[in-house]
Amino acid sequence: MIPLRMIAFIVTLLALSLGASAQDADLKPIIGKFADSKNFRQTEAIVLELAATGDSRTERVLVALSDGNLYVRSADKGVFVGSESGSTITLSDPVSGEDAGQATKSEVSKIRVNNSLRRTIRDAIGTLTLGSDDPAVRLSAAETMFRSPDPASIPALDAAIASEKVASVKTRLEQARASAVLLSDLDDEQKQAAIAVIGAMGSRDALSLLTAYEAQAQGELKDAAAAAITGINSSLALWAAGQNVWYGLSLGSVLLLAAIGLAITFGVMGVINMAHGEMVMLGAYTTYVVQNLIRGSAPELFDYSLLIALPLAFLVAGGVGLVLERGIIRFLYGRPLETLLATWGVSLVLQQTVRSIFGPTNKEVGNPSWMSGAFQLGELSVTWNRLWILVFAIVVFFALLYVMNRTAWGLQMRAVTANRRMASSMGIRTPWIDAMTFALGSGIAGIAGVALSQIDNVSPNLGQGYIIDSFMVVVFGGVGNLWGTLVGALSLGVLNKFLEPYAGAVLGKILVLVLIILFIQKRPRGLFALKGRAVEA
Amino acid sequence: MITGRFFASGADRRILLTIALLLVVAALVPVLNLAVSPASAFYVPSYIVALVGKYLCYALLALSLDLVWGYCGILSLGHGAFFALGGYAMGMYLMRQIGDRGVYGNPILPDFMVFLNWKELPWFWYGFDQFWFAALMVMLVPGLLAFIFGWFAFRSRVTGVYLSIITQAMTYALLLAFFRNDMGFGGNNGLTDFKDILGFNVQADATRSALFAASAIALALGVLVTWLVVSSKYGKLLVAVRDAESRTRFLGWRAENVKLFAFTVSAVMAGIAGALYVPQVGIINPGEFEPANSIEVVIWTAVGGRGTIVGPIIGAVLVNAGKSFFTGAFPEFWLFALGGLFVFVTLFMPKGILGLWDQWSGKLKWRSPSQADEIPDDQGEVVVRVGQTQAQSGGNAEPQPAE
Repeated sequence: MIPLRMIAFIVTLLALSLGASAQDADLKPIIGKFADSKNFRQTEAIVLELAATGDSRTERVLVALSDGNLYVRSADKGVFVGSESGSTITLSDPVSGEDAGQATKSEVSKIRVNNSLRRTIRDAIGTLTLGSDDPAVRLSAAETMFRSPDPASIPALDAAIASEKVASVKTRLEQARASAVLLSDLDDEQKQAAIAVIGAMGSRDALSLLTAYEAQAQGELKDAAAAAITGINSSLALWAAGQNVWYGLSLGSVLLLAAIGLAITFGVMGVINMAHGEMVMLGAYTTYVVQNLIRGSAPELFDYSLLIALPLAFLVAGGVGLVLERGIIRFLYGRPLETLLATWGVSLVLQQTVRSIFGPTNKEVGNPSWMSGAFQLGELSVTWNRLWILVFAIVVFFALLYVMNRTAWGLQMRAVTANRRMASSMGIRTPWIDAMTFALGSGIAGIAGVALSQIDNVSPNLGQGYIIDSFMVVVFGGVGNLWGTLVGALSLGVLNKFLEPYAGAVLGKILVLVLIILFIQKRPRGLFALKGRAVEA
Repeated sequence: MITGRFFASGADRRILLTIALLLVVAALVPVLNLAVSPASAFYVPSYIVALVGKYLCYALLALSLDLVWGYCGILSLGHGAFFALGGYAMGMYLMRQIGDRGVYGNPILPDFMVFLNWKELPWFWYGFDQFWFAALMVMLVPGLLAFIFGWFAFRSRVTGVYLSIITQAMTYALLLAFFRNDMGFGGNNGLTDFKDILGFNVQADATRSALFAASAIALALGVLVTWLVVSSKYGKLLVAVRDAESRTRFLGWRAENVKLFAFTVSAVMAGIAGALYVPQVGIINPGEFEPANSIEVVIWTAVGGRGTIVGPIIGAVLVNAGKSFFTGAFPEFWLFALGGLFVFVTLFMPKGILGLWDQWSGKLKWRSPSQADEIPDDQGEVVVRVGQTQAQSGGNAEPQPAE
């Protein structure tokens, strides 16, 4: 097995090196001709010959030539790309870019170019990369040509557009052509079409291009450009709103994760659990411990660390919740204010415990590879971790909804909350259901902690930052209703992000708090209140 | 039934004793600090004066919470906000008193405004160079906020934990607001570096003793006012709202107005406590708005015994003395101790220290006079005894709502 693989490897290596040297052999003699070039005309001929090979590696030598960085060594007539530093010149191979030693200025002579030659070279480079086999290279070529438009490249672009097969590259090429047309002396009809093409792009680049053009255009063209600019501006405003909505949804998903466990313990059971934030914190610390163990013993599993941490965090936080319910809360049912105080005490103890074990500083929790980075969607950039957290929050929400509404356990939970004595008469073990419901709510908080560890500092104070927001979400959405929590979290998130540009982050948050306080005056039972006829709810 | 507890002769005597004790302390401690030589055994060191003065302000804050929580059932988790607002009003007066002695030597603008490159005093700083104006604002600002907040909240019948949570949100919003530099209250650093109060040096021993005496007298006045309020006819109404709000409403009373009055009075008391606190500790910053601080006040009240007037004072002094000791000796353990206290008190001491005391002394009385209790001499006696049996039965601190 091993020898066979070795042989295959060697053969591949050989083939690669042979192929490379064979192509080098094609380019090298042509490049070598620069050494004998007497005048600009001869140099131009060599440039055209190089361009005719269609090999994209010639770009390197052509760029160097155009920038005046191509040198001939007097000793052996070798041609090199050089970079000047002081009196010495560092040489490198014109094709491969490998280091080829140094030389003093007297040992080499520069190959001289003039403006018309530079133009030829630029066209050659443009056509070269436009003719590349790789669509990504063609796309980036079109990109550069769009950013630095040059009327002289129009013919090359026309040819490229005609032969282009990939639709996305073709659009980009057409846009590049349009930007070049604006600067050229082509007729107004062509320019009108170009303005239309650029206006349809709707990006910030297009906006700056058109703004610059409008300043020097006249007559109908100026009007057309102005109209296109208004169009772009309104589409940009739309994107900005979209961006705000996305940020808002992202914030909302974080709120949802933090609040959804509370929707069970507070919303369904009516227990004010001020230690809820600490359950989130325990989940985050579980993630930290899991990642530490994985780093130490099995680094290849790092990408799965969050998946491993999820059930563990559920168990840890759920277990603590179970102990809390059995040990303290069950003695305080029917006394919400006392429950509030006792659980606040528990939250202080949990914080100090974690601080004593792990220290007061922030702990680093890494992003797995599938959660890092971002991608571009039109004019807005979407980071993967935010997207995954949104997806995760929705998944958790629906899983919980399923448990509550479609399982026997959920039915028993709802029965106990609706009428404890009746449920007990029907044979439901109400104390057990209480304990399990509370453990479920706490466990959900724990898995929220796993997700939040990806975007927040993991410190003993992690939970405190979420507790007030979580209560706001549950109270705003309506107690005892999971859908209310979903709507409450997402709308509060979006509202917050829409206020931010006008009021600033802190003032925006204050405004949201004030709005909620006012809202509770209007609807004391939240957005989706349970219907009932109780005087004292 | 429950009102009987408040008219028990023991409660009356206890209140009067507390007021007398506070007045004696107010007179005696400054003398022992200033007139007695440091070598004497009766000398009270200055740091003790400052520390206990601080505790007395906390006690007044706890007492103000007792009025709304103990007697009206409104668990406010935002009383620290009223305390801090009172403190800021006093702090603004003290800042204006610095005059041109600040680091930048600007006669009008406080240092932080010069630092932020402000050209003139914001309008809400006008008038704070006058003590009477600042003293008015100390009461007016917290009172007004409480009135507006309470007017909205009680009118729409936000009760119980919902009210607790929105009071917490209120103080949280104020915390965020006061952290902002452009609010004009010194941002993160708050107001500090005070020099004079009413022309006397804030740092001087005599001034500190005077502030101590003022705190003790204010607390005594607070006890008196609270006692007058709760033992009046309005006090009965207050307790009625606490125990059976709907029933009180059905009887024709406006429960929201009853609550609003208590809430506003309580906020004014908290504001005064804050105003006395600031010159004694020498700083006020947005940290005072932390929701955690407000919740700590609740535990002082609960430890002493809510609805007892004297209890919260005992609770505030004891818990804070414990805090001073623990944070000095075992800083690691303070949060464990505080957290444990929250749990322990709610589970095992729902009536606090005074409740335990009543229970204990009630048991003694119950046993000693044997049969005498069952033969009532007059109406008053019966009421007393009913009150005692109730206190004795312990158990549920929260009276069950009427069904």
